[in-house]
Amino acid sequence: MTLLKAEHITKKYSGRTIIEDISIDLQEGELVSLLGVSGAGKTTLFHVLSGLVAPEEGRVLLSGEDITAKPGRISYMMQKDLLLPHKKIIDNVSLPLVLKGEKKKDAREKADPLFEEFGLEGTQYQYPSQLSGGMRQRAALLRTYLSSDGVALLDEPFSALDTITKSNIHRWYLDVMEHINLSTLFITHDIDEAILLSDRIYILNGRPGRITEEIVIEEKKPRQADFNLSDAFFRYKREIIGRLALEEEQEK
Amino acid sequence: MTKRLQNITSKLPAAAALALIVLLWFILSETGIVPGYMLPSPVDVVKALIGDFPIIMEHARTTLQEAFYGLSIGIILAFITATLMDHFLILNRAFYPIMIITQTIPTIAIAPVLVLWMGFGMAPKITLVVITTFFPITVGLLDGYKSVDRDSIDLMRAMGATKLQIFWHVKIPAAMPQFFAGLKISASYAVVGAVISEWLGGFVGLGVYMTRVKQAYAFDKMFAVIIFIVVISLLLMAVVNVIRRVSMPWMAVEERGEKDEKE
Repeated sequence: MTLLKAEHITKKYSGRTIIEDISIDLQEGELVSLLGVSGAGKTTLFHVLSGLVAPEEGRVLLSGEDITAKPGRISYMMQKDLLLPHKKIIDNVSLPLVLKGEKKKDAREKADPLFEEFGLEGTQYQYPSQLSGGMRQRAALLRTYLSSDGVALLDEPFSALDTITKSNIHRWYLDVMEHINLSTLFITHDIDEAILLSDRIYILNGRPGRITEEIVIEEKKPRQADFNLSDAFFRYKREIIGRLALEEEQEK
Repeated sequence: MTKRLQNITSKLPAAAALALIVLLWFILSETGIVPGYMLPSPVDVVKALIGDFPIIMEHARTTLQEAFYGLSIGIILAFITATLMDHFLILNRAFYPIMIITQTIPTIAIAPVLVLWMGFGMAPKITLVVITTFFPITVGLLDGYKSVDRDSIDLMRAMGATKLQIFWHVKIPAAMPQFFAGLKISASYAVVGAVISEWLGGFVGLGVYMTRVKQAYAFDKMFAVIIFIVVISLLLMAVVNVIRRVSMPWMAVEERGEKDEKE
C-alpha cells in the first residue's frame, strides 16, 4: 500500500529552482533512500514533504490525503539530534505526544516501554548532555518514532557519527526496524549506508535536483551486518557509482 | 582530591587577597599614616556597624523594599519587552538603539529629575531601580531567545507545535541562562540604584542615612553602611544563584560533566 506519495514537486528559493518535478512514493514498511551529492536539494525535498514549506508546484499525499504544507503529520529527524538540553531523555522523546495534547505523565508512560527496544534502558531520567553521540541519535530516533503515524523522514541521521559508532548503529538500526513498523525515507550521501539499509534507492542529481534513477535492492531482510562485504553488495555499489559518474558527465 | 576540598582551595587566593587588603587598611589607619578622620580603622567600622545595626536595619528595610519592587517590575517589563521584540522584528529594529542610548545616561543624572517629578516618596526610587535593572535582563532574554537553533524550531513545527508551544518548550528554557546572568547583575544594581536615588531626596533609607552620617563627619558609620550595602548585594547575588541552580537542574549536570572531563 502506498503510504506517502509526492507528485511533481518543484520548489524555488528566491527565483532559483532547487528541485524540479520530483515524484516519489513510499510503500508501507519500506525504507527508501534518497542518494545524491550535496546541493542536489535533498533537504529541500524533505522540507516540502514535512510541510515546513509549500512547493511552487506539486502536492504531497499521505494515504491519499493531501497534506501539502501541513506540518505535524510526518515525523522528521534531522542530522543533529536536536534533543532539548533542559529536558530529561524521557521528556525529550515523549515531547511529540505532549505537543499533541497528552499529559506529561501519560506521555512518559507510553514512551517508557520503548526504551528497552531502542537500547536506551536506564537513560530515561538523564539529561542529553550525559549521553554519547550514538545514544543521543537513538533517542532522537525514538522521538521520531513516537511523533509519527508510521512515516518518518530521516535526514542524514548518522552522518555526524564516527565510522565505528556508525557501523554499530547501522546494525542496531536494522535490528530495531525488524520490530517496529516505521516506513522511512532516508537521505544520505553515503553509498554503503544506502545499499545496506534500503529497499529502494532514488538517485537525485543535478541543479536543480531531479530523480534520475531508481534502484531496487533485492537482498532480503533482515540483512546481516556483513551484507556490505558480499559480492551482491559490490555489484550494487558499482552500479550506483556508475550512475552518479554518468550524471556528472552529462552535467558537463 | 574531593570536590568539596577542591572547591575550598580554589577560593583560597581570593580570601587571602581580601585578608591582605583589610590588613593593609588596618596598618595604615592604626599607625596613623592616614589620619583617622579620613580613613577610619576597620575596628572602628565594625564597632559602628554593630552599634548602629538596629538603625541601619530600619533604613535598610525601606531601601530593600524599593529595590525589590523595582527589580520585580523591571523583570516583568523586561520579559514583556524582550518577548515582543523577539516576536516582532520591527519592534526590535525600532527600540533596540533607543535602549542602548538610555543605558548611556548616568543614573545619578536622572535621579534628581525623577525626584522633581515624583516627589520624595518611594515612587522615584522604584522608578530608578526599574530603569537600571530593566536593561541587563531585557538584553539577556533577547540574546537567549536568539540563541535557539533554527533547526530546533523547524523540528518543533514538523512535530506540529504551535507558536506558543515552541515558545514554552524551546525559547524560554534556552533563554534561562542569559536571563539569570542578567538578573545577577540587575540584583546588585537594584540596591545601588535605590541608595543613589535616596541620596538625592527622601526621609528614610540607607542612602538618606549615609548622607546624614556624612554631614556629621562620622566616617566610621559611613563605612559601616557601605560594607552593609556590599554584603546585602552579595547576598542578593547568592540568592539569584540558588534560584538559578534550582530552576535549571540540567545546567548543574552539564557543569559537573565538563569538570569530570577536565580531570
